[in-house]
Amino acid sequence: MVKQESESANRPDNTAFTQQRLPAWQPILSAGIVIPGFVLIGLAFIGIGVALLVTSRSIQVLELDYTGDSNGSPCSSCSQSDIANCKCSLNFTLTTLFQGPVFFYYGLSNYFQNYRRYGASKDDNQLYGDLSSFTSPSSSCSPYNYDSSKKPIVPCGSIANSMFNDTFTLTRTVSGTTNNVTLDGKGIAWWTDYNIKYRNPSVTPLKNAFNGTVKPINWAKPAYELDASDRSNNGFVNQDFLVWMRRAALPNFRKLYRRIDASGDYQKGLPAGNYTIDITYNYPVRAFNGAKKIVFSNVSWMGGSNEFLGIAYLVIGSLCVVMSVVMLIVYAKFKFPDEE
Amino acid sequence: MTWRSPLALVRDALRGQRARENELRSLESNLPYEGLEKGKQPNRYFPSNAIKTTKYSLLFFIPMNLYEQFHRLANLYFVGLVILNFIPEVNAFQPEIALIPICVILSLTAMKDAWEDFRRYQSDRKLNNMPCFIYSRKEKQFVERHWKDVRVGDFVKVVCNEIIPADLLLLYTSDPNGVCHIETANLDGETNLKQRTAVSGHPEFEPESFNGILVCEKPNNNLNHFKGYVEKPDKQKVGAGIESLLLRGCTVRNTDHAVGFVVYAGRETKSMLNNSGPRYKRSKLERRLNIDVLFCVILLFTMCLIGALGHYLWLNAMPVVPPYLVPPTSGQLDRPSLTSFYMFFTMIILLQILIPISLYVSIELVKIGQIFFITNDIDLYDEETDSRIQCKALNITEDLGQIEYIFSDKTGTLTENKMVFRRCSIMGTEYPHKENAIRLAVLDEPEAEEEVIFNQHAQPLPTRWSLDSEEANVEDTHGHGSRRRSKVTGNAQSDVAFSSPLETEVVPDGKLFQKISRTSSGSLSHSQKTDAYLDFFLALAICNTVVVSMATTKRRRVSVSPQAKHTNTPLETLSKDSEENFQPSGQTEGVDTTGLQPCSPHPPSLSDEPALTSDNLRYEAESPDEAALVYAAKAYGFTLLSRTPDSVSVRLPSGEVLDFEVLDTLTFDSNRKRMSVLVRHPITKEYVLYTKGYASILTGHGNKKNIATVTQRHLDCYAKEGLRTLCIAKKVVSEAVYKRWSVDRKNAMAAIENRERLVMDTAVQLEKNLTLLGATGIEDRLQENVPDTIQALREAGIKVWVLTGDKPETAVNIGYACGLLEDEDLVINMAAVFQITCTNILDCTLEEVRRYNADPRNVDTTQNMSLVIDGLTLDKALSPDLLDRFVALVKHCRAVLCCRVTPLQKSRVVKVIREKLKVMTLAVGDGANDVNMIQAADIGIGISGQEGMQAVMASDFAISHFKHLKKLLLVHGHWCYTRLANMIIYFFYKNVAYVNLLFWYQFFCGFSATAMIDYWLMIFFNLFFTSVPPIMFGLMDKDISAEMLLGVPELYKTGQGEGDYRFTTFWVSILDAFYQSLVCFFVPYFVYQDSDIDMFTFGTPMNTSALFIILMHLSIEIKSWTVVHWIIMLGSVALYFIVTLAYSAVCVTCNPPSNPYWILQSQMEDPMFYLICILSTVVALLPRYRVCHSLSSVGLKIFNCPEFWGVFVSTF
Repeated sequence: MVKQESESANRPDNTAFTQQRLPAWQPILSAGIVIPGFVLIGLAFIGIGVALLVTSRSIQVLELDYTGDSNGSPCSSCSQSDIANCKCSLNFTLTTLFQGPVFFYYGLSNYFQNYRRYGASKDDNQLYGDLSSFTSPSSSCSPYNYDSSKKPIVPCGSIANSMFNDTFTLTRTVSGTTNNVTLDGKGIAWWTDYNIKYRNPSVTPLKNAFNGTVKPINWAKPAYELDASDRSNNGFVNQDFLVWMRRAALPNFRKLYRRIDASGDYQKGLPAGNYTIDITYNYPVRAFNGAKKIVFSNVSWMGGSNEFLGIAYLVIGSLCVVMSVVMLIVYAKFKFPDEE
Repeated sequence: MTWRSPLALVRDALRGQRARENELRSLESNLPYEGLEKGKQPNRYFPSNAIKTTKYSLLFFIPMNLYEQFHRLANLYFVGLVILNFIPEVNAFQPEIALIPICVILSLTAMKDAWEDFRRYQSDRKLNNMPCFIYSRKEKQFVERHWKDVRVGDFVKVVCNEIIPADLLLLYTSDPNGVCHIETANLDGETNLKQRTAVSGHPEFEPESFNGILVCEKPNNNLNHFKGYVEKPDKQKVGAGIESLLLRGCTVRNTDHAVGFVVYAGRETKSMLNNSGPRYKRSKLERRLNIDVLFCVILLFTMCLIGALGHYLWLNAMPVVPPYLVPPTSGQLDRPSLTSFYMFFTMIILLQILIPISLYVSIELVKIGQIFFITNDIDLYDEETDSRIQCKALNITEDLGQIEYIFSDKTGTLTENKMVFRRCSIMGTEYPHKENAIRLAVLDEPEAEEEVIFNQHAQPLPTRWSLDSEEANVEDTHGHGSRRRSKVTGNAQSDVAFSSPLETEVVPDGKLFQKISRTSSGSLSHSQKTDAYLDFFLALAICNTVVVSMATTKRRRVSVSPQAKHTNTPLETLSKDSEENFQPSGQTEGVDTTGLQPCSPHPPSLSDEPALTSDNLRYEAESPDEAALVYAAKAYGFTLLSRTPDSVSVRLPSGEVLDFEVLDTLTFDSNRKRMSVLVRHPITKEYVLYTKGYASILTGHGNKKNIATVTQRHLDCYAKEGLRTLCIAKKVVSEAVYKRWSVDRKNAMAAIENRERLVMDTAVQLEKNLTLLGATGIEDRLQENVPDTIQALREAGIKVWVLTGDKPETAVNIGYACGLLEDEDLVINMAAVFQITCTNILDCTLEEVRRYNADPRNVDTTQNMSLVIDGLTLDKALSPDLLDRFVALVKHCRAVLCCRVTPLQKSRVVKVIREKLKVMTLAVGDGANDVNMIQAADIGIGISGQEGMQAVMASDFAISHFKHLKKLLLVHGHWCYTRLANMIIYFFYKNVAYVNLLFWYQFFCGFSATAMIDYWLMIFFNLFFTSVPPIMFGLMDKDISAEMLLGVPELYKTGQGEGDYRFTTFWVSILDAFYQSLVCFFVPYFVYQDSDIDMFTFGTPMNTSALFIILMHLSIEIKSWTVVHWIIMLGSVALYFIVTLAYSAVCVTCNPPSNPYWILQSQMEDPMFYLICILSTVVALLPRYRVCHSLSSVGLKIFNCPEFWGVFVSTF
C-alpha cells in the first residue's frame, strides 16, 4: 500500500493490540480433558490425604489439664488460693515409649492473646534494645508504661506484664528412684526473634541498663534476672519471654515450654514409666473461665497432630473422582454436542 | 503606573462589572488612546485575547485539586475513615497507615489532572503566542504582535489562510466587493466557504479614520447570530449582523487580506463560549452500580453491628478483668456498651474496603481504555474524510451494549445526503431524465462503485446521448462498455485535480434540452425573455447561496484532494485522454441535426474574464440540494460563473454572460421553508424575485390553477419515488414596491429588538403572489450497507425508528429501500386530521393486535407490524390522553416511521419512549434538526456528513457512516458492556471475599477488630497485587469474538434490559464471596487450631490463598487469554511474593503492632503452607468452576458465567 502519510494522519494503527486481535487462547474444556483431569486431581488429593492422615496418626500427643477447677484434681488447692509459687504435682504413666524428639508445651484456653489492644501494648524499640525507650516507653504500652511512682516499666506493656509464669519440672520414677528429666530450653523461640527482633542493650553488666526502671507489675523478678542458670538467657532474649511475646492466633493455644533433652535414657524419647510434673502454680486463669494444660507431643514434617487436613484432602479427592464418574456417565449417555 | 486611590480602584472595578454585564456594549477604537495608561483605555473592562483554559495554577495546584477531588462523595468517605482513625478510642490501625490508600488515590487522580491541565496550558500558550497584525498609530501601519496582545477595540489585519485571532467586525477587505470568505471548520467542522461582507464598505479604509462607536450585544455562544450597529458621528446607524463578523478560530480563504475591529476577545469570543469540553453523562450501569454500592454500605453496617454486638456480649461474659484486657490509663475498664459503641467505628475502619472506592478509579481507567480501543478501530475509520470515530462523552461506553431503540434521522443518516438531480417539471410538463437515471444505475453497479472520477473539462455531455429516449437501453450498454474500456486504458499521468465526483454530473433530458436550445438559439433573451424555461433554469442558477471558487485558488484542505483518495486502485485514475475516448464516436451523428451546435461547452467567451471557463469552477454550497440544482442548471448550459453579495453572473446556453444585480437575499429559514433572491435583470431592468421552497408552501400561491395541480401531481409522484422535492417560483416586482420594501428591510436589519421577526416579516411580505415555474426532484441515495446494518440491528433486538422531516411517501419509499419496511409487513398508516380519528385508529389497531395475539393459531408467528405516522398525527398521539395507547401500539411495531416531524417532535418522541418504556435509546442524526433528539436520547450519535457539524458537536459519539453503527453497537457495545459489568461484579466479589477473612477472625478474637494480616500487606493487596488484573479484565476480555458478534447479532440481546449485570448476578457473586472467604478462613483455622501458631503466621496462608483464589476466580471468568493476560496474572502473583518477601525481610520493627518479620520466609519452608493454599483454593473455587464449566462444556460456552449462576440459583 503506497499511501501518503499526511492523507491518512488519523488512520488508526492496524496492530493486533489496537484492533483487539491479539492471538488468544480460549480455555474450552471438553469432557475429554475435564474427566481425566478430575480423576488425576482426585487421585493426587487422595494420595496426599492418605499421607497426611498416616503421618498425623503416627504422632503421639499427651495432654494433661492442670487448671484445677474440679475438686479432685491435683492443683485445685492452688487454683483456689492466690498464694504465689503454690506447688502442686501431676502424675502420669507411659506404657510405651513416647517417640522422640518430644516437645513439652503449656497450653491455655479462652485466652485472647489476639485481642487488638493487648497486641499493641508493647514497645518494639524498647525490645530492640533502644535505651531511649527504656526511660520513656512508648505510649502504646499504656497503662503499663509507668508505675505508680512514674518510673518507666521495662519491658513495658500488657503482653510482657501478663507473661506466663508457671514453671514445670519433669521427674521419672523408675523402680523407686526418682530422677529429673533434663529439659532443654534452648532454641525454643524463633531464631529471628532471638537474633534479630529482640536485643538487649549493649551494656555490661545487663543490670545497669535497667537502672531507673522497674520490672513489670506482675513479674516476680526483673528481666535481667529471668534465668539465673544461664546468663545469656536474660533480658529480652530470654527464650520463655520470646515465646510469650509471639502472640497466639487463636484463644486456645499452646506454647512451647521445653524440649526433652535427647541424651542418656531419653535418646529415643520418653521411655515407658511413671512420671511426675512438679508445677509452680502462679498464673490465674479460672477468673476468666480459662484452662491450663501441659502437652507432650512429638512432631513430624507436618508439625503437630492434625487429622483435619488429611481428611479434607481425602474428601475433596474422592469428590473429584465421584464427579468425574458422574460426568462420564452423563457424557456416555448424552454425547455432548461439542465433542463431535 | 501611577498611584490610584483604593476607592477609585473599587469604583473602576464596579464600573467594569457593569460594563461587562450590560446587555449592550459600546466599543470605540483604541487608537486615539494608544500609549496611554490602562486606566484611560476605553475598553479596559473587557477581557484581553489571552485565553486560559487551565483549571489550576502552578502555585495553587494542590489546594485547588484537593478541593476539586473532595467534591466526590467517595473521597469524603475515605477522609471520614482517616479521621476516625485519628480518634484514639476508635482507631484500628496506626493513623498514618490509614492515610495511605487515600493518598495513593488522590495523588493518582491529581497526577492525571495535572497532566491534562499541563496539556491545556501548552495549547493555550501556543495559541496565545500565535502571530497576528495589529494596527499601531505610532508606526502608521499594521505591526506583528501575538494573539494575546489583541484587545477589544483594536484593528486587526488577517491575511489569506490565516486563522482569525478574535471575533472581528469586518470593516475592509482586499476584495473590491467587500467580501471575505471564511472556513469555519475549526469551529463547527463545516468545510464549505462562508461569505462575510464588510460593514461600512468604504473602499479605502484607514483605521485611524474610524470614528464610529460600535454598539453590540453581550457575548453569547450562538455561532449564527450577532446583533450590533455602528453609530457614525453623524448619528447614522449602520446595522451589522453575523454576516459581517469574522469568528475567532475560522480561517480566511480566497481573500487576500481583511481588516476587522475587535468586538469580543479571549474568553468572550463565540468559539470560546462554545467550547464547553467533554460532556458527562451517567450510564445505566453506573446507576445500577450505585445501588449495589448502597447494598455494600448496608452489608458493612450489618457486619459492623454484628461486631459491636459480639464485642458487647463477649465483654459481658467476662466475670473479671482478664490479663489480656488492657484497661485504659485510668485503670478502670470502660463500660461494655461504650466500648462496643467505639468498636462499631473501629470495625468500619477495619472492613472499609467492602465499599469499593478503588472501583470508581478502576472504572474510569477502564473506560479510558475502552475509548482508546473504540477510537482505534480501523473498521470505524473513514478513508474518505480521514476521520476516526470520535468519542465525546467519555463515560457511557457500556450503554452502547444495552440499546433497545434507535431513532434515526433519514437524510444524511440513512442516505448519503449527496443530492443528485433526477427529474423536473416545468410549467406542468414532466421531464423524467431517463438518461440520467440510466447513467446513475450504471454507477450503482459494483465495479463502477469504485469511485470513478470524471473530469468535468472534457465533457460536452449532450452530444453523446441519443435524444430519443426509446433508444436509451442500447445507449446504456454501449456507454457502459465504453466506460469500462476507459477505466482500463486510463493512465496515471492525469491531472484530475478539481474534478468532481460523477454524482454531481447531470445528463440533460433530451426533450427538455431540445426545448431549451430552441429557445436560446433564437435571438435569445431579447425576444423570449419571459420564457418560463429560461426563468426556471435562471432560478436554479441564481436562487441559492452557492459560492463559486476558482480551481486555481489554493485552499489548504487536508482531506479532500481527490487524487489522494484514489491512489490505491490503479484502475480508477482516469486521464483526460481517456475521458475523451469515453465518447463513442458514432454517437454524435444524430445530434448535430438537432440544432445543438450553438450549445458548445466552450463558447466564445463574451466576458472579459477569460479565466472563468466552466471547467475550473467549483461550487461551495451550504446545502447539498443547492449544489445539485446549480449543477443541474449548468448541465443545461446555465452556468453560475461567480457570485458576490451584489451580483451574480450566469452564462446562458448561448454563451452570453448575464450579470444580475443582487438586491437582496432572503435566506432560508424553517418557518417560511423557502429562500428567495431578489435580482435586477440586466437587460429588462426588471426587479425579479426568484424563490425556491417546499411544495406545500409554494403551491398555495400558485398562479394558473391547472399548472399548480399538474405540478402537484408530479410532486406526489416524485415523493413516491423517494425524491426530495422543491418548487421554483418567480415574481416580478415593480420598482415602487421594491423601493418601499427596501426601506422596511433596512430598518428591520438595523433593529436590535425583535430583529428576527421583523426580518422575517419583510421576507414574507415580498414572497407573496408568486408565479409557479416548476418543481424539481432530487434524489438522495442510500448510504452503503444501510439495509444490512438495519437488518443486523433488528436481529439484535433493537427497534429502529426513522424520524424525518420528509413527506410520508418519500419516507416510506426509503423505508422499503433500506429494509426497514418489508413487503409482507402490515403497515399501519396513521394520518388523522382530527383527534377523534386518531383515537379511533389507535383503538382499532390495538384491538386487532390483541385479537391476533389471543388467537391460538398465532402463538408461534408474530405479525410484523410497522407504523407510518406523520407529524400532525404524531402531535395528537402524543397528547396526554392518547399517549399510553400510542406507546402500547408502538411496542408491537417492528418499525416506526415518523414523517414531517419537527426537531422538537423528534426529541419529544425520544423522551416519551425513553420514559414510558424505560428503555435505552440511541438517536443518530447528522443535521442541526437532529440536535434536540441527540441530546434527549441516552446516547446521541452524530454523523459527520454533508450538513455541517452541529449534530456532531451535540453528540456523544460521532461516526462517519450509518453502517459503523453495526460494529459500534454489536461489537464494541457488547464488549464494553460485558467487560465492565463483569469487572464491576468481580470487584465487589473481590472486596467482599477479602474483607470477610477479617470478619470471620473477629469471632475468634473477641470482636476486637484485630487483623491477622499485616496492615501494609492488606493495603498492598488491594492497591497492587489484585488491582491490575480486574482492569485488564475490563479492558481486554473477549467473551465472544468480533466475527461471531457480527455474524450472530442475537448475541447483543444479552446486554439489553437488565443485561448481565443484574440483581441475581450481584448477589450470587456476593454469596460466592462469602463461601470462598469461609473456606479460605476455616481451612487454616482447622489446621492450626490448638497449635502454637502465632497470629501473623496464621494470616499468611490466608492472605496467600486469598490471592490465589481471587486470581483463579478471575481466570475462570476470563474467556480468552492473550500474552497480556498471562503477563499480568503471573506478574501479580510474582509481585505478591517478591514484595511480601522483601517486606518481611526488611521490616524488623517498622510497623509496631504487627511484626511480619521473616514470617512468609518461614512459612514457605513449611510444606503445610502449600498444602493449605492448595486445599483452600481448590475447595473455594470448585463450585463456581463446576457450574461454569459443566455448562460451558454442554456447548453454552458463548454465554458467560455470571448469567448462568443466576439461572443456576433460580432453578433451585
